Amino acid sequence: MSEDLIKIRDLKVHYRTGRRLFGSGSDVRAVDGVSLDIRRGETLGLVGESGCGKSTLGRAILRLTEPTSGSISYDGEDLLSLSGGEMRRRRKRLQMIFQDPYASLDPRMTVGQIIAEPIRTFESVSRRDAESRVTRLMETVGLSPKFIRRYPHEFSGGQRQRIGIARALAVEPEFLVADEPISALDVSIQAQILNLLQDLRAEQRLTYLFISHDLRAVRHISDRIAVMYLGRVVELADARDLYDDPLMPYTQALISALPVPDPKVEARRERITLKGEIPSPLDPPEGCHFHTRCPYAVESCKRSTPQLVEIKPRHFAACSRIGPGTPDIRSV
Amino acid sequence: MRRQEMSHSIDPMLRVTGLQTYFDTEDGVVRAVDDVSFELSKGETLGVVGESGSGKSVTGLSILRLIPSPPGRIAGGSVQFDGDDILAMPESAVRAIRGRRISMIFQDPMTSLNPFLRISTQLCEVSMLHLGHDRAAARRHAIDMLRKVGFSDPERRIDGYPHELSGGMRQRVMIAMALSCGPELLIADEPTTALDVTIQAQILELIKQLKEETGTSVMLITHDLGVVAGMADRVIVMYAGRIFESAPTAEIFASPANPYTIGLLRSVPDPTHEEGERLYQIPGTPSSASSEAAGCPFAERCGRAEAICRREQPRLTEVASGHHSYCHFAKEIYAPTRI
Repeated sequence: MSEDLIKIRDLKVHYRTGRRLFGSGSDVRAVDGVSLDIRRGETLGLVGESGCGKSTLGRAILRLTEPTSGSISYDGEDLLSLSGGEMRRRRKRLQMIFQDPYASLDPRMTVGQIIAEPIRTFESVSRRDAESRVTRLMETVGLSPKFIRRYPHEFSGGQRQRIGIARALAVEPEFLVADEPISALDVSIQAQILNLLQDLRAEQRLTYLFISHDLRAVRHISDRIAVMYLGRVVELADARDLYDDPLMPYTQALISALPVPDPKVEARRERITLKGEIPSPLDPPEGCHFHTRCPYAVESCKRSTPQLVEIKPRHFAACSRIGPGTPDIRSV
Repeated sequence: MRRQEMSHSIDPMLRVTGLQTYFDTEDGVVRAVDDVSFELSKGETLGVVGESGSGKSVTGLSILRLIPSPPGRIAGGSVQFDGDDILAMPESAVRAIRGRRISMIFQDPMTSLNPFLRISTQLCEVSMLHLGHDRAAARRHAIDMLRKVGFSDPERRIDGYPHELSGGMRQRVMIAMALSCGPELLIADEPTTALDVTIQAQILELIKQLKEETGTSVMLITHDLGVVAGMADRVIVMYAGRIFESAPTAEIFASPANPYTIGLLRSVPDPTHEEGERLYQIPGTPSSASSEAAGCPFAERCGRAEAICRREQPRLTEVASGHHSYCHFAKEIYAPTRI
C-alpha cells in the first residue's frame, strides 16, 4: 500500500465565462496547475481567501466539477479516465461535507431518509437494515436516534452539520472532502464539530481534505497545510511549521492578519497589512500572482512564475526570491 | 437597579438602562434583549460579543429604534444619548439623530447599499439631508470621504455602482457614508464578518485610525473574540438576551468571571497547542433568547451549574471595579491576575 492515497498532478479547472454565443469568452482559471499528494490517514488542510480555488479543487477531486486537464490518481487508479457511471460508484469511497448545512439537506426528507439515501444508492439493503445503520450513524455523530423522523428545519445549524456528516459517513468512505464545514456555525459549535471530525478520523481511519478560510481551525485539525492563492498552491508544510515559520510573504500576511483573542498579543504585534484587493481570477497578474500585493516583489516577479520548491525539509514554497540557502524573505 | 455599574465614568455619552426588546411570535414572546444596561463614554470602543441569538444585534438596532414592529417592540428601558431618551422621542427627532449623530454599519454592505443607485447619489444624499450641502458641496464632501476610507481614485469610482466594487471596497463605502456627518457614535454590527482575513485587517485598521482622528465612540458588535481583543477598550459578553459579563478588555481576557466567557475563550483553537489535542467544547446549543423559565439560561450547558442555577436567576455581581458577572458563583470563579 502506497503512502499517498491521492496524487494530483498539474490539475487545471478553467471555467469559460463568455457571454457571447460565438467567439471566445475569457477563462476563469479557478485551479491553475496544482500538484499535491494526500497521504493515507492524514488531514491535509487547504486554506486561502475567496476566489483562490480551494473549493473548486475539492470538488474537482470528486469530479463534482470536471477538471480541464491534469491527473488525479486515487489509490493507484486514474479518476479522470473513469466513465460517469464508474465515477459515481467510486464516490462510495470519496465523500463530501458542505459548508452550508441549510442548503445541502433536502427540506422535504426526514433525517432518516437523508442519511439512508447514500446507503440505498450504493448497496442493496433491506429497509430494516438501513434503518439500524442510520440509528448507529446518528449515535456516532452525536444525534439522538429518536429524531430520525424529524425534518432538517427542526434542527440547529450544528445539528444539521452533524446530519451532513452522518450522510457522508453512511457508506463508510475512506476519504472526505470537508468544504468550510464550520464557517456557518457559532464559535461554541465550531469546537464541537472540529472535535467530532477529529474523533471520527481516528475511529474510522479516514483521510481528510479540510478546506477553510479559517487558518486557526485548519492549524488545529491538520497534519499538513497547503496555502492557495489565485488557483495555485503557494506553500505546503507540516501544520506547525507552516504556522510558526511561514516562508511565503502571502502566508506571513495571512497569519499576521488573523486577530488573536489576547489583548496583550494584539497590542504588541506588528501586522503585515497587505495593500489592495485580491485580483480577479478572471485576469490574474502575470508571473507570480501575488506580486501586485507583495511587499518584497521585484521586477522579475512580474515575469516568471515561481514553482513550489522544497526550501526546508518537508516545507515547500513558491517564491522565486527565496531558496534553500536563503529561506528568509526578510533578509534577501 | 444597576446603578453601581455606572461608577466608572461620570458623564457617559450613551447610557442604556434596563433595555428590553421583545418579539411576538407564533410560539410566544421571545425576549431577544432582556434587561440590558451599559454605557459608553466619548471616544471609547465597546466590544459586544455573543453567538447567534444572544441579542447583540438587536441591542444595536434598539438604540436607533430600528426594530421592525411588529413583530418587535421595545418593552422597557431607556437609551440616554447626550441627556435625552431616544426611546421616548418622537420619530422625527430620532430621524435627525440617525446617520448624523449615531450611524450604523452592517455585516453585508450589499444589503445596505441600493444596487440601482450610483455611489455618488447614495453618499451625497446623507450630507445633503443632514448637513444642508448643495449638490456640488455634497459631491466634494463625498469624494473627500472616499479618499479618507482608502479609495485611490475617488473622482472616478464615485460614479460607479455598488456591484462594481469588491466586498471590502463596499464596506469602505459604507464606512464613508456612516462617518460622512461626523457622528458621535458608530455602531458597527459584524463589519468584517463577510470579508477575507487580509481585507478584515485593512477595515479594522481603518476603523481604528478614523476613530483616533475623529474621536467617535464605537460600539463594535462581533462574534469574534480576536477582533475585540485588538479593538475594544471594554467588552460586554451577551448570552440569551442578557449581559453575562462586562469588564475592561485586558481584565476580561486575563480574569474572566463567568463560565460562559471562559468556555468561549477556551473553544477558540490555540495555534500553540499540542498535536492531536481536543478542543474545549461547551456542550449543547446556544439558547436563542431568555425564556420566562426560572434559573440561569446557561445552566443546561454549564459545567459549573448547581441546583440553585436551575432554580434562581443570578444577579449581575461586581467582582472588581468595573467588572461584572451574571453568575451565582461569580466571586468564586473570579481570579484576579497576579502580576
